Amino acid sequence: MHILEGQGVTKLFGGLAAVSNVDFHVDQGEIVGQIGPNGAGKTTLFNLISAALPFSSGEIRFKGQKLNGLKPNQICQKGVARTFQQTKIFADMPVFQNVLVGASFGTPNRLSQADAAREASQKLEFVGLSAMSATLVKDLTLVNQKRVEVARALATKPELLLLDELMAGLNPTEVSEAMELVRKIRDEGITIFMVEHVMKAIMGICGRVMVLHHGEKIAEGTPQEISCNKQVIEIYLGEEAHAGS
Amino acid sequence: MLEVSNLDVFYGKSQALRDVSLRVDEKEIVALVGANGAGKTTLLNTISGLLRPASGSVEFLGQRIDRLAPHIIMQLGISHIPEGRKLFSDMTVRENLELGAYTSAAWKRRKETLEQVYKIFPVLKERGGQSASKLSGGEGQMVAIGRGLMSSPRLCMFDEPSYGLAPKLFSEVLEVIKHLREEGITILLIEQNVRNTLETADRAYVLENGQIVLEGKGKDLLRDEQVKKAYLGL
Amino acid sequence: MDITRFIPTNRKLLLVGLLILIIFLTTFPLYSKEYYIRLMAIIFMYIVLAVSWAMFSGPTGYMSLAPAAFFGVGVYTAALLYQLKGPLLPLPAIIVVGSLASFTLAFLTGLVTLRLKGIYFAIFSFGLVVFLKELINYLEIHVSKVGGRHISYVSNTTVFYILLGICVATLLTAYFIRRSRLGLAMQSIGGNEEAAAHMGVNTTRVKILTFAISAVFMGAAGATTAPRLVYIDPGLAFNVTYSFIPILMAVFGGMGTLYGPVIGAAVFAYTEIRLRQQYPYYYMLTWGIILIIIIFFLPAGLAGLIPKLRDRLGGPISKLRKGGEAEEHAHT
Repeated sequence: MHILEGQGVTKLFGGLAAVSNVDFHVDQGEIVGQIGPNGAGKTTLFNLISAALPFSSGEIRFKGQKLNGLKPNQICQKGVARTFQQTKIFADMPVFQNVLVGASFGTPNRLSQADAAREASQKLEFVGLSAMSATLVKDLTLVNQKRVEVARALATKPELLLLDELMAGLNPTEVSEAMELVRKIRDEGITIFMVEHVMKAIMGICGRVMVLHHGEKIAEGTPQEISCNKQVIEIYLGEEAHAGS
Repeated sequence: MLEVSNLDVFYGKSQALRDVSLRVDEKEIVALVGANGAGKTTLLNTISGLLRPASGSVEFLGQRIDRLAPHIIMQLGISHIPEGRKLFSDMTVRENLELGAYTSAAWKRRKETLEQVYKIFPVLKERGGQSASKLSGGEGQMVAIGRGLMSSPRLCMFDEPSYGLAPKLFSEVLEVIKHLREEGITILLIEQNVRNTLETADRAYVLENGQIVLEGKGKDLLRDEQVKKAYLGL
Repeated sequence: MDITRFIPTNRKLLLVGLLILIIFLTTFPLYSKEYYIRLMAIIFMYIVLAVSWAMFSGPTGYMSLAPAAFFGVGVYTAALLYQLKGPLLPLPAIIVVGSLASFTLAFLTGLVTLRLKGIYFAIFSFGLVVFLKELINYLEIHVSKVGGRHISYVSNTTVFYILLGICVATLLTAYFIRRSRLGLAMQSIGGNEEAAAHMGVNTTRVKILTFAISAVFMGAAGATTAPRLVYIDPGLAFNVTYSFIPILMAVFGGMGTLYGPVIGAAVFAYTEIRLRQQYPYYYMLTWGIILIIIIFFLPAGLAGLIPKLRDRLGGPISKLRKGGEAEEHAHT
């Protein structure tokens, strides 16, 4: 059984199909990437999985259970967590509090305040932000704000983590560090599904990649196969020299 | 064309820029690279008048601009395309673009300029009547760049134009930037996509913790050991 | 001798101060004139309204203009139960009924309106006040055919003590919610509601619950104040001023802290009443100007003064402490 599976997933905005009849799956332990031109529907697909947006038609199942009709907080407690393309951090709260929210509410069994605090500390250490626990998140650099989002999502004890353009705005060295973090997360047993434009990350850590274009899945395969796919090069990668930095 | 001298900029008590000097000559593409939080955006914000320096000066075409209001600086010919798009989400794509030509000289020419922008980003013509809030991240970036071009600037400052753009689209943006240079527009470019940027730029500066630590020709910096380790992840 | 033993820590100072304040307040009616007892009761009422408003609207950022509605429900419930010929229920019971009525109303309206975004929620909450006024007016005229209700006398002292009790209850609730899981949930909703939902927060439940809890105290304050008004009609009971003034007080006092709205309400109510007496014709003008000046210099409200004072006073006290330490080291 796939840990995440979608069939005929469709999302219409008025007459426009942002996501059109997409079938996809993610297996436990994988790191799967989603690439495609801007506006292809990648974040919309994530929004359908996490219930930020309702479906038009189709079905998504997590560990065999239908996600249709559930609310975001319910999906989170079932074990699916995510980060956002435009970081949605709690800007006026300290770093620790941000992660504490995830720890306090993300699991179906309520944690005591002490346990939640311990969980939050652990996750901050995991992403390397322990030194900044008391800093207000709005005062952090973008890289660190993204780390807070990751720690916050991890604090909800997910089995599946959706990362939406984690590497955007990071220079190559920061990208390498982020890739390490993603590997570390996978080593903890968490499955990862990520949208990315930074090809270095896609090529470097994804086991499988799917390509969306105008809302449809047009290709799927290993990073190697995808980067050689003529259509993908034409619509997305451009000349191969520019694929990756 | 642009001369920044000994700039000191503070955010409250903390110093964001320390004794920063750089210059951009006509028809050059100058790149500014550095880690997140190094002060690159602060520098652009100071040049375009959104921030006041504590000391130092900014000169554009021989005229001091560091005490002028942002809209005056824009009329003098500097266009600032900000980080993170910052679109007017209640307005349509077309209205966002047209607002880029707000100054009276540019306003008269806006129909032509709009056509030129549509030629560069055909998707925007399709989406002309759509609300800017409905665009994907990358499409929004295209609008932001297009809007910056609408004022027919002499100096165009880009703050991370590649943010959230598909690789092919970013290549196109770089082509647009080179094309702009051919049209006589000077470019100052902040980018995290360091390799491609240094390959495209004539000259580049490296900013670290608010100070310029390295300066040179784009291609030379690509080979520099320090740059390789800190920014290229090698 | 170690002099530092006699210099209190911040926490001990605070607790001693609170204790003194409580003793002062509970014995207040024993040695004060009726006028001041009434004045303090009014201040308590406003503190309850300001703090209970801030309890919900502060952390979540949902601007509610409904306090007047819940306050009015409390007033009107008391008016119905507390008639001139004698109360149908003892006063404490009336207050409880009033609180429950407000809670229910808040719960129901919350279910409907808390799905609305910011500004629509604000407008709807404002409309609730007007709607209730018109609805009850209509019912009184056409159904119960009563022109206005008179309430029999309750002594100022009784009202004082009851309002003091409600005030303490409100503050304790606000304090514990702030530090609780519920408080964290509300802050996360105020920070970014979508992200909060994605982290497992049942945002609808949190909002409705806190909204309804805050209404309890507003209703209780209303039911207790009714006897003081003596004559009640829908226009007097459902008066939007009871929404605007507490909000002004909370902002004026400082939204970020628990004690901000308390200081704001106390200072505001006292100043306004005194000004109204001194300058019955000009007090609004004077008061308006004073408010503008204060907010201009203290955008964080009066509570913004506290950190500044602490910096000033903290210096001398810590110097004394250091002196004591040096002495201790000198002896070893």
